[in-house]
Amino acid sequence: MSSLAPALAQIAVLVIALAIAVPLLGRYLAHLYTSPKHLAVERTSYRVLRVDPDADQHWRTYAMSVLGFSLVGVLLLFGLGRLQEHLPLSLGFPGLPSDGAWNTAVSFVTNTNWQWYSGEATTGHLMQMSGLTVQNFVSAGVGMAVAAAFARALSRDLQEGRIGNFWTDLVRTVVRVLLPISLVAAVVLILLGVVQNLVEPMAVHTLTGGVQDITGGPVASQEAIKELGTNGGGFYNANSAHPFENPTPFSDIFEIFLLLVIPFAMAWAFGIIVGDRRQGGAILAVMAVLWGAAVGLLTWAEMAAPGTAPGLAGGAMEGKEVRFGEAASALFASSTTGTSTGAVNAMHDSLTAPGGGVALFNMMLGEVAPGGVGSGLYGMLMLAVVTVFLAGLMVGRTPEYLGKKIGQREVTLVAFYVLTTPVLVLVGGAIGLTASDGLAGLLNSGPHGLSEGLYAVTSASNNNGSAFAGITSGTPFWNTLLGLCMLFGRFLPMVFVLALAGLFARSQKLPPSAGTLPTHRPLFVVLLSGVAVVVVGLTYVPVLVLGPIVESLS
Amino acid sequence: MKDLFALFRHSLAGLRVMIAATLLLGVAYPLVVTGIAQVAFPWKAQGSLVTATGGHTTDAGDAVGSALLGQLVGGEDADRLFHNRPSAAGDGYDPLSSYGSNLGPENPDLIAAIKERKAEIAQREGVDPSDVPPDAVTASGSGLDPHISVAYADLQIARVAEANGLTEDAVRRLVDEHTSGRTWGVLGEPRVNVLELNIAVRVLAGS
Repeated sequence: MSSLAPALAQIAVLVIALAIAVPLLGRYLAHLYTSPKHLAVERTSYRVLRVDPDADQHWRTYAMSVLGFSLVGVLLLFGLGRLQEHLPLSLGFPGLPSDGAWNTAVSFVTNTNWQWYSGEATTGHLMQMSGLTVQNFVSAGVGMAVAAAFARALSRDLQEGRIGNFWTDLVRTVVRVLLPISLVAAVVLILLGVVQNLVEPMAVHTLTGGVQDITGGPVASQEAIKELGTNGGGFYNANSAHPFENPTPFSDIFEIFLLLVIPFAMAWAFGIIVGDRRQGGAILAVMAVLWGAAVGLLTWAEMAAPGTAPGLAGGAMEGKEVRFGEAASALFASSTTGTSTGAVNAMHDSLTAPGGGVALFNMMLGEVAPGGVGSGLYGMLMLAVVTVFLAGLMVGRTPEYLGKKIGQREVTLVAFYVLTTPVLVLVGGAIGLTASDGLAGLLNSGPHGLSEGLYAVTSASNNNGSAFAGITSGTPFWNTLLGLCMLFGRFLPMVFVLALAGLFARSQKLPPSAGTLPTHRPLFVVLLSGVAVVVVGLTYVPVLVLGPIVESLS
Repeated sequence: MKDLFALFRHSLAGLRVMIAATLLLGVAYPLVVTGIAQVAFPWKAQGSLVTATGGHTTDAGDAVGSALLGQLVGGEDADRLFHNRPSAAGDGYDPLSSYGSNLGPENPDLIAAIKERKAEIAQREGVDPSDVPPDAVTASGSGLDPHISVAYADLQIARVAEANGLTEDAVRRLVDEHTSGRTWGVLGEPRVNVLELNIAVRVLAGS
């Protein structure tokens, strides 16, 4: 039903809005992560909370703060889930089962927001507000803090492995970026029709004599940070396909804007922090190229509507809302999988075979196009280090990135980073798709069933959170497996990033020489884009052939 | 051992920060937003409820539904009203289990369902199966889609007009009134709000 001209114009509207907002936000973020000044309210909070905001932490200390903070987050959310029936605003829902509470706690603390449960039938308002919404903010803050620390490390010279202060980075991100923008965005969303109340489901008598339960809740306040923090956990089961979360085409493009703006702005901020805007521009360009390619392919796939069911129906509208149609659904799907958001405005399980394949591939890129808030930037910088290393091998010179020598220890850490998620995806996928408890959860059969399981482990390991949602993952088997994928998929790479930041902060910043590969030119953009795609391609081609590719050809 | 002790120490700081974060982000923030919503936009904040005559209300007791949610069109009146899309939410349009079918493009159940729906709608509306538009035979993502395409509304005008003793022109005018185009001419898709249209049909038919 979508036609090409408005589909393209819709993308143009989004790109223009981003082009205006990204440099402004990027400059603000760069200032935030380098300024020694605290706000008065922050200074008071630090005193009350007894943390030292000015300690320049060694990378190990920084990592301990990240892990300690996240550990507490998991424990608190686990407890809130288990005990919700004894707490106010539970809507009468029982506590979550232990495997479910574990999965949800890990899911929201790791910024994944994979949901095994149906929000409107499982979680009361207190759990949504004081558990899930809080982690939507702070898990995003953790990702951005780590990226900021990494960028700062690259700008430093002989600093004994000191990379900044986690608590300052976290508090500033939440108080000065995420909270004010969310507040405004939530009010805009309410203006567009998103609900915001604390009522229990209200029965209405419908036009033809039936009864329908209208489900309210503090939705807009959660929706705003759900997109802005690339979290993606829906208040309702249907996520942003639900009219109460995403009522109009404008709210839709607004939500897509929110989920893209920080990941792109982080790249801009990076350029400023390292003292060379062109470096940030190159990283941003690679993100934009990969995102644009995914948008183009997914839009083409959904509008062309290949496959038996779409052909029979006359269009790929299964799982899609009329107000969005194929084009706006494809734009959302490519943006939510390219960032680590995982919110959906259409059911990805019902995407066309090539369309679902693009969504899967987007996540396999490691969430770098443009990736999650923070994690997208450090993920792309890891690939940038791989790229200069490969280029260095080709010309036989010692590789360096932004004046930092890439030696054996640096490359080893990057290799660990790059290998972590593929190992989790492929090993996790192999377990999930061979164990009988794993297979029992699949809805579709044949190649599409394989894609369903593969999508789940890919989504969890890359901290995306979207699903080929036909899968029934609320079982102890899948909850445990995917919980482990999310946990290791978030914190192992983060530790490698911080360790590398420590090495960079310690080493000397060398001036560029004749043999230095310029990392701000179009050539580097092409090389880095190629490396991103090739690394994924080599890792995942066999399993992609068995899933979406076979399905596309059948 | 030293690392474990360090982790514990950082966790204690983390606990203090988490408690503060929960009060700020998990209590103050959503309550402030709720307060603004209830004062400034009470109708929207309560779920855009509409009455049997199309008026706005915040009281579920007066409402026949939400302008944002589709609802099951069933019972003896069904033939006199516009039908909405197939729904995979519970037994159909159940907000307590919003969802799509999640059936893949080659799924045999989906293929069979589309064939069946196509034949059924073609018979109901007295048209050729090839005239039935895609949204009419597919379930939405939420299972609560409040809209149908303009093509699917057009298909139903003749039947609704006849069943209510109205002229086709009169019903077509109602469809036009409840059709929204693309926002700014580019965003989303043209669509017809089924509940609001059905309310208007009932008001015009005087039932």
